[in-house]
Amino acid sequence: MPDARPNVALFVTCLVDLFRPAVGFAAVKLLEQAGCDVAVPRAQTCCGQPAYNSGDRGDTAEIVRRTVPALEPFDYVVLPSGSCAGTIRHHWPGLFADDAAMRARTQAVADKTWELVSFLTDMRGMDRVDASYDGVAVYHDSCSGLRELGIRAQPRKLLGSVAGLTVRDLRSPEECCGFGGTFAVKYPEISGRMVEDKAADIGASGADTLLAGDLGCLMNMAGRLKREGSPVRVRHVAEVLAGMAGEVPPIGEGEA
Amino acid sequence: MSALHPTSRDFKANVRKAMADETLQKGLATAKLGFRNRRAAAVARLPEFDSLRDEARDIKNHVLAHLDLYLEAFEKRVTEQGGHVHWARDAAEARDAVLAICRAAGARTVTKGKSMISEEIALNDFLQDNGIEPVETDLGEYIIQLRHEPPSHIIAPAFHVMKEQVSDIFHATHTQFDPERRLDDARQILDEARAVLRDRFLAADVGITGANFLIAETGSTVIVTNEGNGDLTQTLPRVHVVLASLEKVVPTLEDATTILRVLARSATGQEFSSYTTFSTGPRRGEDLDGPEEFHVVLLDNGRSKMVGTEMQDVLRCIRCGACMNHCPVFGVIGGHAYGWVYPGPIGAVLSPSLIGIGEAGHLPNASTFCGRCEEVCPMRIPLPKLMRHLREREYEARLSPAAVRWGLGAWAFLAKRPALYRLATRIPMRLLGALGRRRGRFGSLPLAGGWTASRDLPAPQGPTFQDLWQRRGGRREASR
Repeated sequence: MPDARPNVALFVTCLVDLFRPAVGFAAVKLLEQAGCDVAVPRAQTCCGQPAYNSGDRGDTAEIVRRTVPALEPFDYVVLPSGSCAGTIRHHWPGLFADDAAMRARTQAVADKTWELVSFLTDMRGMDRVDASYDGVAVYHDSCSGLRELGIRAQPRKLLGSVAGLTVRDLRSPEECCGFGGTFAVKYPEISGRMVEDKAADIGASGADTLLAGDLGCLMNMAGRLKREGSPVRVRHVAEVLAGMAGEVPPIGEGEA
Repeated sequence: MSALHPTSRDFKANVRKAMADETLQKGLATAKLGFRNRRAAAVARLPEFDSLRDEARDIKNHVLAHLDLYLEAFEKRVTEQGGHVHWARDAAEARDAVLAICRAAGARTVTKGKSMISEEIALNDFLQDNGIEPVETDLGEYIIQLRHEPPSHIIAPAFHVMKEQVSDIFHATHTQFDPERRLDDARQILDEARAVLRDRFLAADVGITGANFLIAETGSTVIVTNEGNGDLTQTLPRVHVVLASLEKVVPTLEDATTILRVLARSATGQEFSSYTTFSTGPRRGEDLDGPEEFHVVLLDNGRSKMVGTEMQDVLRCIRCGACMNHCPVFGVIGGHAYGWVYPGPIGAVLSPSLIGIGEAGHLPNASTFCGRCEEVCPMRIPLPKLMRHLREREYEARLSPAAVRWGLGAWAFLAKRPALYRLATRIPMRLLGALGRRRGRFGSLPLAGGWTASRDLPAPQGPTFQDLWQRRGGRREASR
């Protein structure tokens, strides 16, 4: 049986913080439903990927060095993103190859860091949610979550318990959507073609809703779908699992 | 592009050209699915595939830790059997070694099996310039030789060429045949190529092949092909020259067979390629056929400098092409856009290491780090990690574009200072949120032209999470 009431630090991620706080609140709700005490450390900004993936190890290490102490007091660190969770779990410790003490501290944080949905199922034993959503959804497996953290079954399992929701798979579920962080800005033509192909796959599925666990990918796919005038509603999986889809318009859609 | 004149610096222009090439785009869409499905089926049929990958990786890691030892052992065995090993530090030395062998043999034409090393050292142009005619005998290589093009894929060199284009170039080149003949299907094309090449095989003075493996314990070289052209190339002429880079060596026959079990499955989805050919020295007295001379040209060209560095893992590569077959970027731009001999993820790692990060800096940057290349690599090469190392080298050498460095610097300054970050993000996000509230997205925004050229930018909600969380007193619901 999982710990009585673990203290969980919600690392909200920079994109959720800036673009879609609703995902953060959905995560808090789900974590509380899973019996966790949730706190949001103030001293958090970003996992450092924009610098790390641009070859800037120095700044990345400095961001991490300043973030680790804020996360150390907690039993777990949970993020509503496979990409950011993967960065902490698999990449943070390697930044301190020459600093054994910092490396050990960072490794300890990495070891207790989880992506939200897999934390709920694998660590908290959650196997159903109390939510309803009327629609047919495709779930997009974001690359880092899929390949760095092995997240595939967990979201589908929880989505299977959402009343009124049918979940389908894409024809090419393992194909990257073309976001890739700074890649989308540095190589916009390639990225644009990749997301065009992804939007075609989504359209062919006949689904009316697109769900995924990473806001970067979601903003990319929503941006393309909306550009094409697609009626597909795009949401972070946590919004649906928490039954909070009614609280904000889908990604890329207005209040009008 | 040629090996001597890379165009990797012009990657962005190459990309635009490739994306506008409708024939290429059509070919890419079908070919990549074929490769992926065949590999997946072959892997599914072999339960021990993943443990074989581990074994294969360990064999090469062991070799790379003792490279000098195994290369010397290989040389000794080759020499004992009457063959010759020529060490080449760089492309020029390798070309000179081949030319010297050809001259000594009085060669006028040479036949060639498929060899990426030959591409890397730009051998064909060099031989041609020196009065020796090279004839490619792998069908794909033959086609691109006629078209004066470099390969666009390491196992399918004419990946980018459609059947109709092959028909055109055959009609233009093979003027000895009826100009009205039809070359509509693969069979007709194959038959014509075979008829033309048959005479070239018989006339060649020297046969040049690559090598998939060099075996230290026996001094053998190994090639795998599906057309049998390699065998005719190396057994019919009087002289056989093997071109190979250093890291192709493995200790034993057993090791080679272990790696062979993952090679064809990863490449074409075959259990084994149609022909796996072992060559050990020149013809012996009792042999019915085989060359009178056997030479191995061993190319370094920057590889030994990678041993012992963070880039060493890439030297495990067995050139199966699985990484490019599964790469979403390669799937959009094809092989030529990479601008040098090796395309796809393996090229993105190898090219900057061999021709310099200044020349090929775009390549490791043009990746989403989706990780599929590493997932399918039979040798478990951590390609995204190596691309990131190269980005670090580029950043440290201050070769990244100024706008990137400046933007990143400003962002990092804030990201290191949470209180300032919250302050600096609050107002702009509120403003964007207010501007985008009604429509929920932006069709264009200053500084976001790359993004919005092909997609909208979803608008932020407005207040940041930190902002709202604080206002709600660290609770999920607003206090009522």
